Amino acid sequence: MRHIISIRDFERRDLDHLLHRAGEFAGGGFDRDLLAGKILSLLFFEPSTRTRMSFASAMARLGGTCISVDSMEASSIAKGETLADTVRVVSGYTDAIVLRHPKEGAARLASEFATVPVINAGDGAGQHPSQTLLDLYTIKQSMDLDGIEVGILGDLRYGRTAHSLAYALSLYDVNLHAIAPKGLEFPEGLVHELKGRGMEVRNHHDVRKVIRDLDVLYITRIQKERFPDLGSYYDVASSYRITPETLQGVKDRLILLHPLPRVDEIDPAVDSTPHARYFEQSRNGVPVRMALLSEVMG
Amino acid sequence: MTPGQNRTLLVSQIKDGTVIDHITAGEALNVLTILGIAGTTTESLSIATNVASRKEGRKDILKISGRELRKEEVDRIALIAPHATINIIRDYEVVEKKGVTVPPVIKGVVKCPNPGCISNAKEPIESAFEVLGKELRCCYCDWMITKNIASHII
Repeated sequence: MRHIISIRDFERRDLDHLLHRAGEFAGGGFDRDLLAGKILSLLFFEPSTRTRMSFASAMARLGGTCISVDSMEASSIAKGETLADTVRVVSGYTDAIVLRHPKEGAARLASEFATVPVINAGDGAGQHPSQTLLDLYTIKQSMDLDGIEVGILGDLRYGRTAHSLAYALSLYDVNLHAIAPKGLEFPEGLVHELKGRGMEVRNHHDVRKVIRDLDVLYITRIQKERFPDLGSYYDVASSYRITPETLQGVKDRLILLHPLPRVDEIDPAVDSTPHARYFEQSRNGVPVRMALLSEVMG
Repeated sequence: MTPGQNRTLLVSQIKDGTVIDHITAGEALNVLTILGIAGTTTESLSIATNVASRKEGRKDILKISGRELRKEEVDRIALIAPHATINIIRDYEVVEKKGVTVPPVIKGVVKCPNPGCISNAKEPIESAFEVLGKELRCCYCDWMITKNIASHII
């Protein structure tokens, strides 16, 4: 039984295989009854729009059906049931479980008790492997994953998508540029680990000084609650905002990614530039999740 | 006997039980905690801390009467006392002597410092950490403990 819990569980050949499968699904030439008769449970104990809907869409496109729990309040967890018991019970109803939960490591725990495959759809500030896969897939649509300069910008200390992506990119020949305000750099432990995997991380505080060297800029949100007051937040956030002016002189092939939702990080005027790929990235959630579902249930 | 040797016998010999020698100085009480030996348990204990050692300069020693510790029990202490040696004593004689081996994963010994980790919630699991040299990674949330491991012992 195959679970999808953390990007750390993947080797490069696993990622390449899933990205290839996603490409096949995106191309349209696939068996639309591949998962006919299969039932997927969507256990979402935290709000989600894109992830939940794209899993449901992926399952429908493969001929399967979904049943769901949309909040803690609507579930037996509100009565004090453990997550371990919940997934044991739900295993009896469905062929796979997609789980989003506020606690880090919840999906790992679920995989220890479930008798059907578990796919992690985000566990607190922890892992979100399907997001990382669709990030990689979007890059691969434009360029090879080897020999590229990738910048990751924003709250790198706490951002789970940034950590997962950095970790996944360490499986490829990538030069990584970490662009973050002081105090929000990648955690030391992660940098140390990436170094151990052969990836050097170059730190920058000013995106304008590095953006012309980049092939990919992955933008994440800088959260207000990380700052002592709103004034210092706006000062920092405005210096990290990507505008048409920021993009002057960049490489033609630079692509801009963002896991969305964005707030003020990207000026809407950037949306119409050839560099903007974040909405395409969001659409890619469907074929990538089709690949994951077919992998665990097909 | 040299004058130095004359001053080293701080605690008496035990008839039957386990002597853990070469514990990192200052860690004896943490070793007892990991082994689950508290003041309320029935074992007779002798504890020597910061005693002179030719190899380590200073070391701690534990003597536990009436209980032979199994290898898997003492391997749990390897995290904080990697050079410890275990001597099984029967009728005042050392009948078995062994070192400690760091297990690849330790369960139920260290509490994850991440308050958001599922291992700190009311779930039917033990904490679990992957041992990476002198560091630990939580098997659930990936949190790294890079220093002061003893302060996280349950």
